[in-house]
Amino acid sequence: MASSSIPAGAHGDPTRRDFLLVASGALAAVGGIATAWPFINNLNPAADTLALSTVEVNVKPIAVGQAVTVKWRGKPVFIRHRTEKEIKEAEAVNVAELRDPETDDARVTDTAKKVRREWLILVGVCTHLGCVPLGTKQGDPRGEYDGWFCPCHGSQYDTSGRIRKGPAPKNLAVPEYLFTSDTLVKIG
Amino acid sequence: MRRLLTTGAIALAALALGAASAETPEQLPSHEWSFKGPFGTYDRAAAQRGYQVYATVCSACHSLEMLSYRNLEQLGLTENQVKGLIADIQVDDIGDDGSTIQRAARPSDKFKKPYPNELAAASANGGKAPPDLSVIIKAREGGPNYVYGILTGFVPFDKLTPEQIKDANVTKDDNYNKYFPGHRIAMPPPLSDDKVQYADGTKATLAQEASDVVNFLAWASEPHLEDRNRTGVRVILFLIVLAGFMYAVKRQVWADQH
Amino acid sequence: MASQHGAPPVFNNKVIAWIDHRLPIFSYLEKEYHTFPTPRNFNYFWNFGAIATLMLVLMIVTGIVLAMNYQPNAELAFASVERIMRDVPSGWLIRYMHMTGASFFFAAVYIHIFRGLYYGSYKAPRELLWMLGVVILLLMMATAFMGYVLPWGQMSFWGATVITNLFSAIPVVGDSIVTWLWGGFAVDNPTLNRFFALHYLLPFIIVGVVALHVVALHVHGSNNPLGIDPKGPQDTVPFHPYYTMKDGFGVVVFLIIYAGFVFFAPNSLGEPVNYVPANPLQTPNEIVPEWYLLPFYAILRSIPDKLGGVVCMFGSIGLLFVLPWLDTSRVRSCTFRPIYKWFVFALVVDVLVLGYCGAHSPDAVLDVGIKIPLLLVAQLGTAYYFFHFLILLPVLGKIERPLPMPPSIADAVLTKKAG
Repeated sequence: MASSSIPAGAHGDPTRRDFLLVASGALAAVGGIATAWPFINNLNPAADTLALSTVEVNVKPIAVGQAVTVKWRGKPVFIRHRTEKEIKEAEAVNVAELRDPETDDARVTDTAKKVRREWLILVGVCTHLGCVPLGTKQGDPRGEYDGWFCPCHGSQYDTSGRIRKGPAPKNLAVPEYLFTSDTLVKIG
Repeated sequence: MRRLLTTGAIALAALALGAASAETPEQLPSHEWSFKGPFGTYDRAAAQRGYQVYATVCSACHSLEMLSYRNLEQLGLTENQVKGLIADIQVDDIGDDGSTIQRAARPSDKFKKPYPNELAAASANGGKAPPDLSVIIKAREGGPNYVYGILTGFVPFDKLTPEQIKDANVTKDDNYNKYFPGHRIAMPPPLSDDKVQYADGTKATLAQEASDVVNFLAWASEPHLEDRNRTGVRVILFLIVLAGFMYAVKRQVWADQH
Repeated sequence: MASQHGAPPVFNNKVIAWIDHRLPIFSYLEKEYHTFPTPRNFNYFWNFGAIATLMLVLMIVTGIVLAMNYQPNAELAFASVERIMRDVPSGWLIRYMHMTGASFFFAAVYIHIFRGLYYGSYKAPRELLWMLGVVILLLMMATAFMGYVLPWGQMSFWGATVITNLFSAIPVVGDSIVTWLWGGFAVDNPTLNRFFALHYLLPFIIVGVVALHVVALHVHGSNNPLGIDPKGPQDTVPFHPYYTMKDGFGVVVFLIIYAGFVFFAPNSLGEPVNYVPANPLQTPNEIVPEWYLLPFYAILRSIPDKLGGVVCMFGSIGLLFVLPWLDTSRVRSCTFRPIYKWFVFALVVDVLVLGYCGAHSPDAVLDVGIKIPLLLVAQLGTAYYFFHFLILLPVLGKIERPLPMPPSIADAVLTKKAG
């Protein structure tokens, strides 16, 4: 950038001249950034998008052994009302042998730190390449571990949604959720 | 330069003196509104009462379809209070089997429309659909004063003078309104004393109801007004300071030329 | 790093030198915007070219960001604009900036044009520069017209209907042209969609023409308030820092007024009825365009014949192209044209009066003691406008005796300093 070619005027001495330039430049720069901010912020999610960032589900109609799929932030979320057998199977697994080690307890705790073993809430997106695994609806194949089976490349998840077999690297994600009452869960 | 400004000023003055005549109804009432002016803010208590008026009286015919229920939180209500207010409202949705169902309204829903579409609204109201109120304050010349005038400007037929009846060509089946252009408005007087039971105990006179609902509708038309005013003050103050600096720099640079 | 006059710039910074050797942007900037000799006697009217450029950039940036959320469909457009105003972060600010920015862009350009008219900036050798400017004005008007349709309010719809219907006045092919413009049998979704595409496109064409406009300017350099060519370095100063800083100051003052409207009176320049969603079955009481198109609207409506009105309206801008040849005066600046300068002011008043007429119904009556029909005022205004350009300018240029002119800019400045 050109060095300052401001001629030394009859009135200005160097320090005063520099102060003016620096101060004006700084002010203009601040103004520029302050102006740029609303434009950048404009691309952030809008209020109506944010309003749909949580979804409340009444889980009362889901019987033991049943599961449903709800839509949350554009993705499917599986809510399974686990049977005692499924819970025991999940807890009996040796966590150290898992590809993505996680205890079952950690995966059924809500944001208020309360554990509800009978409710398993998972983001229904296979962690391999993003297909929706089968196992929620009655009659769906569940794979060898009684959880979910992804038809795309054969990933198999157990009754805690953890990856056991197949190419997926991680367990099915557990979204943030909070039981606002025994029958009402707020996801997200 | 000075000559130009003088000529311009004379021209504008001449225009101002001769106002082009057009059909102007009675002078609008000028009510004091808290949201007017560069430092205006919304009277949230009035707006909350105004929502009550809208919900009780106006929503039967007028939609507010650009707003969502969650917007009411901007009036100082908590999410739970909003849920409480809309607890009895049922909205259409599609069930898991694809059929239309009714479910309780959520804050993320848009305000429920009284009629499914424009045609239904028109045929239920003598051929003219009641206008949506989302931006009504901005959509009418005179803004809040106009809407307030309409709501308070009804004159019963038996109180009209013979000139008014002749001028407006009005019969006893029409609704005469002082401020509506042409004076014959399709809407019957919507408000009256004690039409609404205010939650905060304020006495519900017609004028109070009208004022409150205008406050509510003004907020509905321009929810970001306070943000806009506040930012505007800061921006203009900043620019004035910057202008001062830029002027000093300009004088400094030009010092050897003057 | 500043160079002597004429010598190619040498850059100390190795990166800059490397780039410049391959793509001489830095030399270009150095020559055209740093050392570029600029007349030293500019007044503040000369700020408005820079201000207009700033507004163009502002309109493009706000426009692109708005386009991320706007829906160009007749069913969705109005609601999408309201969503921008309510739900999109800072959407209200960007929408109001874009809306008000259009008005201020035109204000800056009209002042810029006035400068050209008064100081004879359109005269040789700047005729092509002037004509490019008229092209920019036409493109701006087309862009603004289509932009106003996008919110799909009552005025959007009906303004589009009235103005597109004008083309039916063309004999033989008129109706086909209108159907072709509409993409249907009335202004409807196809019209809206194509107006959006074109409204997005045209500003970039404007950028191109502005670039040509500035290149043309730099061939002979700027005019100045005296209309006398610079005779040497004593008549000029380098563009930077003299005019960069003066323009900077002018820009900030302009922005203060702009901000005043954006934040405190954003709807004052518009029509309330455009907040009513478009209704093809109901016409608003008055159909008016935005203020910056009002004088031309008045000219259109002042001619009783439809085709005549269209011809006069487009003609009023078209004749600007040949202005350099209509003006026969050998003197550029009105500073030295004691008679013509008053007619320039009269033209300004005339345009303002025409604007006033355009804003009101042609049936309205002006009451200044006696009742004058506004239509008559508009017709007189139109008559003066054409008289000014087609008769007055050619004749006055020949018979007017100009004031004595100083031998150079430097002389004039020194005399002013001493006096």
